[in-house]
Amino acid sequence: MSRLQKLVLGRLFLGILTLFIVSALMFIGIELLPGDLAQQILGQSATPETVAAFRAELGLDQPPYVRYLDWLGGVFRGDFGTSLASRRSVADLLGTRLANTMFLAVYAAVIAVPIALTLGLLAALWRNTAFDRGVNLGALSAISMPEFFVAYVLILFLSIRFGLFPTLARIDEASSLGDALYRTFLPALTLILVVVAHMMRMTRAAIINVLAAPYIEMARLKGVPRWRIIVRHALPNALAPIVNVVALNLAYLIVGVVVVEVVFSYPGLGQLLVDAVSSRDFPVVQAVGLFFAAVYITLNVLADVISMISNPRLRHGR
Amino acid sequence: MVKLLKSAPPTAIAGMIVLFAVLLTGILAPLVSPYGETQVVGGAYQPWSRAHPLGTDNLGRDMLSRMIYGARNTVGLALLTTGIAFSVGAFLGMFAALRSGWLDEVLSRMVDVLMAVPPLILALMLLAIVGPSIPNMVGVIAVIYVAPVYRLARAAAMNVVGLDFVEAARLRGEGTFRLLRREILPNIGSTLIAEFGVRFCFVFLFIAALSFLGIGIQPPTADWGSMVKENATLITFGDITPLIPAGAIALLTIAINLIVDWMLHRASGLKS
Repeated sequence: MSRLQKLVLGRLFLGILTLFIVSALMFIGIELLPGDLAQQILGQSATPETVAAFRAELGLDQPPYVRYLDWLGGVFRGDFGTSLASRRSVADLLGTRLANTMFLAVYAAVIAVPIALTLGLLAALWRNTAFDRGVNLGALSAISMPEFFVAYVLILFLSIRFGLFPTLARIDEASSLGDALYRTFLPALTLILVVVAHMMRMTRAAIINVLAAPYIEMARLKGVPRWRIIVRHALPNALAPIVNVVALNLAYLIVGVVVVEVVFSYPGLGQLLVDAVSSRDFPVVQAVGLFFAAVYITLNVLADVISMISNPRLRHGR
Repeated sequence: MVKLLKSAPPTAIAGMIVLFAVLLTGILAPLVSPYGETQVVGGAYQPWSRAHPLGTDNLGRDMLSRMIYGARNTVGLALLTTGIAFSVGAFLGMFAALRSGWLDEVLSRMVDVLMAVPPLILALMLLAIVGPSIPNMVGVIAVIYVAPVYRLARAAAMNVVGLDFVEAARLRGEGTFRLLRREILPNIGSTLIAEFGVRFCFVFLFIAALSFLGIGIQPPTADWGSMVKENATLITFGDITPLIPAGAIALLTIAINLIVDWMLHRASGLKS
């Protein structure tokens, strides 16, 4: 097995291991919690019988590892347990919401990635010009603002003052694609603004890093045309960091979705997760949290693996 | 000190003025606010007037007073949380670097796991277990942010522990804690201080986001994040009042970022 394969497999293994640890996190956490969980949720006034019944429902009368293995077995069969709040199966609750969240994230990503890469590239090429400084200031402000601030400013101007878009992003299966795109434009725009800022800054840094390398200076000194330096010399080496940047920011997007969904009452996973945390609906929190963590970890592993594969120095053993 | 301030670019000066104003407002909150934090002074959603410069909120409390107390609560809790994360993270990081061996290995792997999960999702999962309340929120966020501080402190301390003067101090018979405090900490202090500014911004935005989602700072305590949530309906009537606390959050974060940028620039020794 080559060195590269070993590295990639090792990274994959670490990713999967992390996922298992995260999935066990809630079980460990409940175990470490001082006092009795059932008692704490039901309050001091609950009768011992109710508490006992609730404990049995949560499975707290079983040892933690039995509970965990039970749950894990269910997950592999697509059974995530039953929601404590709505009494419906968690898998049912997740179904359409999962699709909605992915729709919003993909919508934002498709627009954000090309814009961010172009802006980052231009800012790096025209370094220290008015354009660069302007884009940078804009990006720094967008990063410093909480997502909900950006979202409400957009609502205030685009939907209240000018009445262009709806304030709430309610969609269901009946809405057509065009209608859904129109209704979810504001949440998507919020995500785009925040993600573009991050991605553009990272792209700019990655390209400046490559352009500062001695071989670029060499090419310039021997009189290679500017476009050829960028396309033939800089781009092949900047590609790996850029792909890395895109993957990391898509991972960021998946998390940013939570706050934005709450602002626009969008029926997605983020909203579900927040509701479940406030009502302490453990099976739902567990399933949704695991989903978000899984996507995040997958994208991060992907970023690492791509940068390993694209590094020719790792392709041969020493 | 004056000379140092004179050399600061206008952006950093502006940042410092904002930071100073917010801190002062927070400290002097009971003196400068016209009404109490949770005092109901009139009807709900009153417009801006002479008696209530920013109107009243959804329960008829004075918005301006709640903004002022919010500065105290939100910024204070963010400082407390960052402080805890820093003391624990820096101590563990330096300790792991000094001791190395199995302890270092175990701590580093735990930190790897913590950092592999998105912070907001991890916080939501942990808060579901312990239940939302102010001390729980501070604890959970502190635990999450121990991880990056640990990594930084360990990496910085690693460069120092191998140096001769540490070896000399060790041979002199100094104990572990004395080594950490007298030999290692002074040498990684400047790195940690710049990082404190960056982390404070993250923690501050994090607390605001959690409070906005209704699982951070709980009512009736005034804080900028939940004030946005509570009065969000006003926006649909074209009123900008709910944007004021949100804008305050953004303004403070930008201010700190400007200061940190300047500090990092100075520390890196670059000439512009």
